[in-house]
Amino acid sequence: MDETRQMHPEYTLLARKMFLTILVVSYVPVLLVSLTIYLQFRGVYRQKVEDHLVEMVRKHKQQIDAFLHARLADVRFLAQSFGRDTLSEEAFLQRQLAFLQGAYGATFVDLGVIDARGRQISYAGPFKLGQAEYAGAAWFQQAMAERAVISDVFLGLRGLPHFIVAVCSGEGQDAWVLRATIDFEAFNKLVGGIHIGATGVAFIVNRDGEFQTTGPASPIAAEKVFGGYQTCAVDPSRKIHVYSHPDENGVRSIYVTGLLKDRNWLLVYRQQAADAFHQLRRAEKMSLFFFILGGMLIVVMALVISRRMASRVTKADREKEIMRRQVIETSKLAGIGELAAGVAHEINNPVAVMIEEAGWIQDLMEDERISEPEDRAEIQRALQQIHTQGRRCKEITAKLLSFARGSDGSIRLLDINQIIEDVIRLVAQQAKFTHIEVETVLAPDLPPLSGSETEMHQVVLNLVNNALQAMAKDGGRLTVFSEVDGPWIVIGVQDTGPGIPAANLERIFDPFFTTKPVGQGTGLGLSICYGIIKKMGGRIEVDSRVGQGTTFRVVVPVPPTTS
Amino acid sequence: MAVATVLIVDDEMGFVEALARRLTRRDVEIREACSGEEALNRLASDGDIEVVILDVKMPGMDGIETLAEIRRRFPLVEVIMLTGHATVESGIEGMKKGAFDYLMKPCDIEVLLAKVNEAAAVKRRREERIVEARVREITARRA
Repeated sequence: MDETRQMHPEYTLLARKMFLTILVVSYVPVLLVSLTIYLQFRGVYRQKVEDHLVEMVRKHKQQIDAFLHARLADVRFLAQSFGRDTLSEEAFLQRQLAFLQGAYGATFVDLGVIDARGRQISYAGPFKLGQAEYAGAAWFQQAMAERAVISDVFLGLRGLPHFIVAVCSGEGQDAWVLRATIDFEAFNKLVGGIHIGATGVAFIVNRDGEFQTTGPASPIAAEKVFGGYQTCAVDPSRKIHVYSHPDENGVRSIYVTGLLKDRNWLLVYRQQAADAFHQLRRAEKMSLFFFILGGMLIVVMALVISRRMASRVTKADREKEIMRRQVIETSKLAGIGELAAGVAHEINNPVAVMIEEAGWIQDLMEDERISEPEDRAEIQRALQQIHTQGRRCKEITAKLLSFARGSDGSIRLLDINQIIEDVIRLVAQQAKFTHIEVETVLAPDLPPLSGSETEMHQVVLNLVNNALQAMAKDGGRLTVFSEVDGPWIVIGVQDTGPGIPAANLERIFDPFFTTKPVGQGTGLGLSICYGIIKKMGGRIEVDSRVGQGTTFRVVVPVPPTTS
Repeated sequence: MAVATVLIVDDEMGFVEALARRLTRRDVEIREACSGEEALNRLASDGDIEVVILDVKMPGMDGIETLAEIRRRFPLVEVIMLTGHATVESGIEGMKKGAFDYLMKPCDIEVLLAKVNEAAAVKRRREERIVEARVREITARRA
């Protein structure tokens, strides 16, 4: 943690990028897969639930239809088997009712025979309906017209919900109707038996939207039910119709409807969607829980991994930077080593003078005439000379040491001209002995450049050393110049050496490329210079003509603060 | 009489002067030059010079080039090379090109003096032999 807190902003950025990448890469597929599976599962589950409901409604629809038709068949059987006269005897009719009730329980409430004018001729049942008049009843008119009828539920004369199953026999004035009343409760049980979950209820409505069984406890949008009814009526191929709709309280319910009784009634099954799909909801909640848990795990892991990676990268970069500095330092020392011969000679000269002067004093001391004033003056002069030459030696070693001192790599504002002069001072002696004229053309008002002094020394020394070596055999002219070119500072090193052949020109910045004999060059000098300058945002240009010489131009951008 | 007449050639004038002072004290006749070119001029104008003490490393015309020129133009003059840096190669190269000997700089004054004497002696012997040969030649011609 401490490591990351100390991280450089660019590493913090790197860590953040890695974190986001890991997050996106891990999360997106999980999200897509989960979503796909969820949607598929939901679709399949809903389909399954709906299929189940449809199947149930279809089965009940068939049962109810079969029940109604069976009752109608019972009544028709009575009417056709016994005829009007036989059935007009109330005792007989009572017996038949008893038979039917014996077979079907309380389903049949009563039986009645009605003549063509609508008057009840005979009646068997618990109510006193002996001479009841049915001419105005809808079911009677329908029975007369269609020969058979199953009526809607109504209260009728007895004031209880019931419905009529009636058949018509005979023609014209002789026509008569046998009717049976079906007990509402018994019928209701057929439909009310459908119960699924906590909110699943079934009921029947007629074309006018009136309940034909006990209605649902919670309110229902009758027109919606009717709408479903209409849809079914319009599209008879869809025998069972499924749709969902919110009720007045906004609770969404599933409706499964099917037509009954020659499409006059509609069986409606209703269940709240939340109830129907509660297992799906449970699965959803569980999945969501695991999804969030997994997501949190991914976030934590991404955070840990990205931080660890970033701290490793930081460490690797730090080590790389140390290595880079060591390489530069080493190559700089190698560069100074190449100058060693010149420097050694430079030191050797004053040393030789000092030794000779010391020898001279010794010579004088061996004389007995030492006390003579001219001898004393001579000794004085010799000592002065030794002093002067000693100082010269010190200057040489000082300039060498100032150049070779450790590379701290710290960035500061540099005076490029000063750096060029440092290097020239160092190589001047060597140039002198190899017949090389050295010229510097320095721009007077060069803006300071921010960089590492030791690295810049290294670049200039390397280029100058290369130039001197190129001209070592035949001598020549070394021109080192500095100039400002727009937003760039240019350091140029020009020689009049043999030039670089085109084939080598492309490779001079490659590491380990050298044309020097084995053991004399590492081939790293220019590649290190290139690395240093590139890091500063600059470039090194080279222009070389075989036989005419080579010009290296180091082009570095002027820092914005100083421009 | 002087031990020998010697020309000291070095670009380091401090060294030339100090060496000249010490050799003069040891009865050596000294001429001074600070470059190869000047040395050749002195040799051309001063026939007394017997031995040249020549620094190898000099700007302009260096020791080896000067030596070659001396060998060509003044074959009788002996040359002692002084190599500033401790590389034997330049000394050997000097020997190959006809130097009398080479010494590391800085060198012991007595050793140098001995070499100078030797060189001067060699030169004188050679000159004597040449004179003798000439005399014999002339005598033979007369006879």
